Amino acid sequence: MEALFSIAIGVLVAGGVYLILRARTFPVVLGLTLISYGVNVFLFSAGGLIADSAPLALPEIILHPDPLPQALVLTAIVIGFGMTAYAIVLALKANGELDSDRVDGDGEQ
Amino acid sequence: MNHWIIAPVLVPLAAGALLLVFEWSGLAAKRVICVTATAALIPIGIGLMGIASGGEQQIYYVGDWPAPFGIVLVLDRLSALMLVLSSVLAAASLLYALGGDDTKGADFHALFQFQLLGINGAFLTGDLFNLFVFFEILLIASYCLIVHGGGPARTRAALHFVVLNLAGSSVFLIALGVIYGTVGSLNMADVAMKVAAVDVDSIGLVRVAGLLLMVVFGLKAALLPLGFWLPSTYRCATAPVACLFAIMTKVGAYAILRVHVLVFAGLPDSGFLLEAWLLPLALATVVLGTIGTVAAVELRATVSYLVVISVGTLLAAVGLFSQEGLAAAIYYLAHSTLVTGGLFLLSDLIGRQRGQAQDHLDRSGAVYQPVLLGTFFFIAAVAVSGLPPLSGFAAKLSILQAAQASTAAAWVWGVILISGLFVVVTLSRAGSAIFWSTGDVQGEPRPVRAIEALSTGGLFAGAVLLMLFGNPALEYSAATAKQLLDASSYVDAVLANEPVSIPASMRK
Repeated sequence: MEALFSIAIGVLVAGGVYLILRARTFPVVLGLTLISYGVNVFLFSAGGLIADSAPLALPEIILHPDPLPQALVLTAIVIGFGMTAYAIVLALKANGELDSDRVDGDGEQ
Repeated sequence: MNHWIIAPVLVPLAAGALLLVFEWSGLAAKRVICVTATAALIPIGIGLMGIASGGEQQIYYVGDWPAPFGIVLVLDRLSALMLVLSSVLAAASLLYALGGDDTKGADFHALFQFQLLGINGAFLTGDLFNLFVFFEILLIASYCLIVHGGGPARTRAALHFVVLNLAGSSVFLIALGVIYGTVGSLNMADVAMKVAAVDVDSIGLVRVAGLLLMVVFGLKAALLPLGFWLPSTYRCATAPVACLFAIMTKVGAYAILRVHVLVFAGLPDSGFLLEAWLLPLALATVVLGTIGTVAAVELRATVSYLVVISVGTLLAAVGLFSQEGLAAAIYYLAHSTLVTGGLFLLSDLIGRQRGQAQDHLDRSGAVYQPVLLGTFFFIAAVAVSGLPPLSGFAAKLSILQAAQASTAAAWVWGVILISGLFVVVTLSRAGSAIFWSTGDVQGEPRPVRAIEALSTGGLFAGAVLLMLFGNPALEYSAATAKQLLDASSYVDAVLANEPVSIPASMRK
């Protein structure tokens, strides 16, 4: 499971980096979103991956996952969602004001 | 437990929320709320500084959860100093904005309060994930404040700033994940303790996390390979916003001080994690900033590069990793924040009176009030370039003295002194272009308002006061550096709560 997990994170982040380097606002926003997915999955695994464990910590259950990374990843998701929304609005504003969707704001070549 | 410790977080939070409720109401009501809240932060900050200068870290257990399980706020000399600095800078910047800049866009006052919430929170928190959250709060407010006033240049600068910082936030989260995965805690004191005892297999991972955190903080502080966003962003921002942002780079520097000097200090076999990196990068930042100031053709661009130089100088002093170096860095931090903040306000005043010429460094425009603005400019130039008799001189002198013991002394002396020389030359050139433009050119009759003179002059007065009360200020910095390097007292103070009583139902 660790291998699957790390490959998934690697693919997400690599795709995100590629898209960010496209230097147009829409791919950049998508790339940032992909990276934040990868990071969220990574953060989720920070408490260790345990197969067949109970989802909750109850008194009679001995094997349960660490609840803290779940709280952290929830916070990170909410913050990432808000930031992405702002980035999209800003990209639209830039597209309108600069007449270009390139991140450096120069016109079409 | 002293409840005043959480006040610098709660006051802007409450004021910001209130301002959103009063969104429909008139400008006067919003200004009253915003000014009251910002003004209240100054006495609170000074009071907390009084408490902190007793020498013991004051811990606030949020919700009375014991450390390391709950979030703690830690008040020590460094965080108290940063709180006072941010409140003074915010007050000056808000006072200046009341001259009309706050009406140039929507919700200036609410965003201003949220920005303060993030900044103050970052200075107080004793938890790494909470530091991330407060960073995001100050960032989202700054994203909106950059575009305050509108215009294509601001939008373009904001786009770069937002994308870079979103990428930075991801790196921050990866570093936090690695730290939690290896040492199992995010409370700074707890991490500091566990890092010191980390097993051999995990040392590499902890080092990776520490260096990733340096990337994030370096991005915030505008350290060399990551600092190219700063000049365009600061140059484009509205003057009061740029003034407030003078503390934002210092948040990055503060985080380096807090996390790398404190948390990673105990890492086995490596001394300070950043020892090999910070000093060369900081000196290179000074060189880049110097080239920028010489090349800049607008006063605001010059000031932006002066911020880059100040970041480099500050981190070079930190990079010495000695008690004297840290003390000098802390004194320089206070000085440079006030003076660069004031310079942003001053360039706006100059630009407004020069009509078409704005703040371009040529002789095509004249200022309307050359005596007042010229005096301000002279004081600021003397302070920022480090000439006697103002605080910049004392700050740079103490940095150079601290560098004497270092093996890189020649580099530090050479770079800082030559950079200072170029800054003097550049500012003389700028001053003569702006104020000695003779001929028939008349300035625009837009006299400086009293509040604008008060806020700009007040920040420069800070530089004078730091010199007049140089001895107590340097003593405070020295005591702060000593406290900062004594990681074990921090750890003991935070973790010295009553043992946790686990409810019977939760026991295994």
